[in-house]
Amino acid sequence: MGLAKRIIPCLDVDNGRVVKGVKFLGLRDAGDPVEVARRYNDQGADEVCILDITASSDDRATMVEVVQAVASQVFIPLTVGGGIRECADVRRMLNAGADKVSINTAAVNNPEFVREASGRFGNQCIVVAIDAKRVNKKKEAPRWEIFTHGGRKKTGLDAIEWAAKMAEYGAGELLVTSMDRDGTREGFDNELMQEIARVVNIPIIASGGVGKLDDLADGVEIGGADAVLAASIFHFGEHTVGEAKQCMKNRKIEVRL
Amino acid sequence: MYTIAVVDYGMGNLHSVAKALERVAVAQRVQVTYDPDELLRADKVVFPGVGGIGYCMGELERLGIDEAVREVANTKPLLGICVGMQSMLEHSEENDGHDALGLFKGRVKRFEDGLRDPETNDRLKVPQMGWNKVAIKQDHALWEGIQNGTRFYFVHSYYVTPDDQSIVQATAQYPHEYCAALGKDNVFATQFHPEKSADAGLQLLSNFCAWNP
Repeated sequence: MGLAKRIIPCLDVDNGRVVKGVKFLGLRDAGDPVEVARRYNDQGADEVCILDITASSDDRATMVEVVQAVASQVFIPLTVGGGIRECADVRRMLNAGADKVSINTAAVNNPEFVREASGRFGNQCIVVAIDAKRVNKKKEAPRWEIFTHGGRKKTGLDAIEWAAKMAEYGAGELLVTSMDRDGTREGFDNELMQEIARVVNIPIIASGGVGKLDDLADGVEIGGADAVLAASIFHFGEHTVGEAKQCMKNRKIEVRL
Repeated sequence: MYTIAVVDYGMGNLHSVAKALERVAVAQRVQVTYDPDELLRADKVVFPGVGGIGYCMGELERLGIDEAVREVANTKPLLGICVGMQSMLEHSEENDGHDALGLFKGRVKRFEDGLRDPETNDRLKVPQMGWNKVAIKQDHALWEGIQNGTRFYFVHSYYVTPDDQSIVQATAQYPHEYCAALGKDNVFATQFHPEKSADAGLQLLSNFCAWNP
């Protein structure tokens, strides 16, 4: 079989710059988006994900320019997320050069939007981002809930049920971030990935918590993810995408080299 | 100066296609258009596509470019991509069954549910999303400089089954072998996205720009 597991460097963009925070706080500058994206392309990244982590309308316009600039220089799939609320936003990002858009808060506020967007643009370009946090008490069975607004707002939605619902509504892919692990470098919440992989038949991207290369391979082998997303380990020169792929290959995972 | 027209029917990632063509098209003009006359005037045409076939065919008909694409297929180099390729067959299972342009005999089918990798027994997701190996089946100008087995980027739930096996230019496996590229005379089409397939994809687009069938 030929399909490779994907490695997706993620660029969190704030006001036109790549930044990286810990548990969604404490941002550190990591460079110009075009330069960063091109570096990952040259290292053999399978896709690039750009997330707009600010919410002001001024920065929305900046984001379109960032996407246009990246898309004219980097010829691998580009997923764009942050502030996608209606079909006009999807259209704008696709026109700017995105291949997929990631929808998070707007899906929670109005699940029909996912159905509408996937019907209009095709499910292959609609990624639903799920930010999940463990809410069970110690010794209880694991349970996760959905959070929105960059992790600040609790919704009361069960993450596993939500994932199944989003797949049914036409999501083409799920980007699953563990809020507990994001920025901690402790590895993915593979239990969360497994639970979601069990209930959907669309590709899953594991996100949140990568601290070493083996964490990426674990996301595929243990978590059952089709793609793995990471930011910090690539941004600050610790590891290249090529090293990550070699590590996965050594563990007999099919990758594109 | 040559003109390469990219068919614009309001769908998909045609801007990605245009940007990739602009990168490789030396001394050629890349024009994104939904005007049938401009398609007929262009020297070469790229017919991209993502999204549902029903909507795609509806827009082609509404804009009056279905006839222009048929005409182009008879007269000048035409490159179909993804749903652009699927539209070239007679009929698709998508959207409860939909007739397409019928440039080639054959149908478009959906990947079955419950597919598994025969080696690892992993479930195969639909859509297939990612980089798969492309097995080249015959020599063609568009494969120039591209090695057999190179990975290209695919995103699709449907695949073409042309009646005439001699037009199959490449295959991929998911998990069974299916048509990943077809070509006959001045028409070539890929299920994968060359505009998103890094260097190998740019090479194929560059080959299309240089192609004189």
